[in-house]
Amino acid sequence: MGAEAILRVDGLSMYFPVYRGVLRKKVGEIKAVDEVSFDIAKGETLGLVGESGCGKSTTGRAILKLYDPTAGRIELQGKDITDLEGDALREIRTDMQMIFQDPQACLNPRMTVGSIIAEPLDEHTRLKKRQKRERVRELLNAVGMNPDFENRYPHEFSGGQRQRIGIARALALEPKFIVCDEPIAALDVSIQAQVVNLLEDLQKEHDLTYLFISHDLSMVRHIADRIAVMYLGRLVELAPRQQLYTMPRHPYTKALLSAVPEPDPAREAVRERIILKGDVPSPANPPSGCNFSTRCPIAEEKCRRETPAWREMDGGRFVACHMVQ
Amino acid sequence: MSETRPPQSTVLEVNDLNTIFRTRDGEVHAVNHVDFSLATGELLGVVGESGSGKSVTMMSLLKLLPSPPAEIVSGEILFEGRDVLKMSDDELRALRGGDIGFIFQDPMTSLNPVFTVGYQLTEALREHLDINKKEARKRAASLLAKVGIAQPEQRLKDFPHQFSGGMRQRVMIAMALACEPKVLIADEPTTALDVTIQAQILELVRDLRRDQGMGIIWITHDLGVVAGIADRVIVMYGGQIVEHATVEALFKDPRHPYTRALLAAMPSVDAERTEKLHSIAGQPPSLNKRPASCSFAPRCEHAFGRCTEENPPLIETSGGHQVACWLEHPQYMEPPSEMHLRESF
Repeated sequence: MGAEAILRVDGLSMYFPVYRGVLRKKVGEIKAVDEVSFDIAKGETLGLVGESGCGKSTTGRAILKLYDPTAGRIELQGKDITDLEGDALREIRTDMQMIFQDPQACLNPRMTVGSIIAEPLDEHTRLKKRQKRERVRELLNAVGMNPDFENRYPHEFSGGQRQRIGIARALALEPKFIVCDEPIAALDVSIQAQVVNLLEDLQKEHDLTYLFISHDLSMVRHIADRIAVMYLGRLVELAPRQQLYTMPRHPYTKALLSAVPEPDPAREAVRERIILKGDVPSPANPPSGCNFSTRCPIAEEKCRRETPAWREMDGGRFVACHMVQ
Repeated sequence: MSETRPPQSTVLEVNDLNTIFRTRDGEVHAVNHVDFSLATGELLGVVGESGSGKSVTMMSLLKLLPSPPAEIVSGEILFEGRDVLKMSDDELRALRGGDIGFIFQDPMTSLNPVFTVGYQLTEALREHLDINKKEARKRAASLLAKVGIAQPEQRLKDFPHQFSGGMRQRVMIAMALACEPKVLIADEPTTALDVTIQAQILELVRDLRRDQGMGIIWITHDLGVVAGIADRVIVMYGGQIVEHATVEALFKDPRHPYTRALLAAMPSVDAERTEKLHSIAGQPPSLNKRPASCSFAPRCEHAFGRCTEENPPLIETSGGHQVACWLEHPQYMEPPSEMHLRESF
């Protein structure tokens, strides 16, 4: 990636303390994100996949400084933003935005669509009222909605339209980098395709960079250039799309891909499935050694003892596994 | 799949089912003229988007919908030849959880958080079978073992919150299987689960079906899941069945424009990647009127005059493949200008 990286994350960790008892004594911590490192190039989409509770949303929020990371370094456009606070932090927030999973919950039901989209403009710009209104109409148009909807309320719209409103709001300040946190998970299949196409068009038009968080591996394959796979707070594999889907290296990636049902009965009947045993361990009490060792079909003694290092392989691929040569 | 199909005998038959909700804002026609049947040992997949009426149809089968506002206005539901709609409350109670098992989408809200799993499992067993507490307990433990829960005797004493999502869904399946039902209705049983856990549950259902030979109705919005486990598939849209075919025929030769568009809208994990996803423009229909025209017509690329004037009936095209579309109707005369459209399917 080198110099062109717009976002650089190095050893990012986010631990949440666990308090117990009447005195609320700290008894442990949940390692939601543990030493995660990756780069995203300008104009690129990095997919971040994993099962629920693996820390993918926390990663996205920590990057946007919605949490204070426990350790690590976040660099946006070459500038270290890890320890920014107050006004300095507010200033860079215009460059990074977020699209949320649940469009129902992230829009204030008492505000009109127009004022929802104008809110970032109120906060960060000194536009006149008329200019603001013009910008709102322009944004509504950009996300494929009728600009005359600006006086309506969120409940008057369907899930897909609400997600478009959320996207318009995220675009209001012309950000460079957007974290899309499961933006299509709550939508029906036919509407999902509409929203994904919109995100792709906007990316081309405005030269946007996305971190696309999702659990839907087939959708991530469509939208992302490179994909990072996360398990129990740690990245296990990161590779360009083609490599990851045709030749996964980490045993967890292999199992995950084989578990995705295919809409083709002939292929479904002959596909080789890797059925993992058991459940994901609790992040408050992760296993020793490799986090995946409790469910891994090829784990050995060493895997239960030592945490595998995050190493770079050929062709821009990263893997954390003792068994991958 | 098809090789495990035992001799067919119809266990459940639904004829012209219509369910409406009477609300303050008028009637909602959630289920319109639905017909289908289920044979023993068969797995029928029901696919559709939210609001397509798939869950309401299945809830109607056991009269589980609160009335008012819901009302089954007409139709016939025959379980082994007996009409469910004419049954007394006692007969219905015997049917629910006895001969017909039900698995709901969200295992957390369908298990009672203040009772142990063992209590909830034995409750169903003692209600339907004439056995004492000890036997019921033993049976419950063996059920948990059957659905792949380790240390079943101990786990019976646990409360639902002590189980993970996948484990809870296994408990729900154990409960639905408790009285060896002849029909199992599963309403989006894996939607709330992660893919690796979903794969575990699908594997379990394949095994159970082979061993017990019950008829299963599997409701889902995921065409991928249906492709892997179903024998026949019903596609629902706007409260109606728009296509009904064997799983092979549906995926190889989908006839209804909605089914085609749905399949095209799904990206795949290993097929060729397309530059642009095929999306279906527009929104799903509102159901506040009895359908007078094809409910997919406003979003259909191939709609023509008749589609907006008359609701297409479900007609058989070939070998049990049924589709509700005027394009497939034998009376349909192709206007020359639309020839190229059909070829581009």
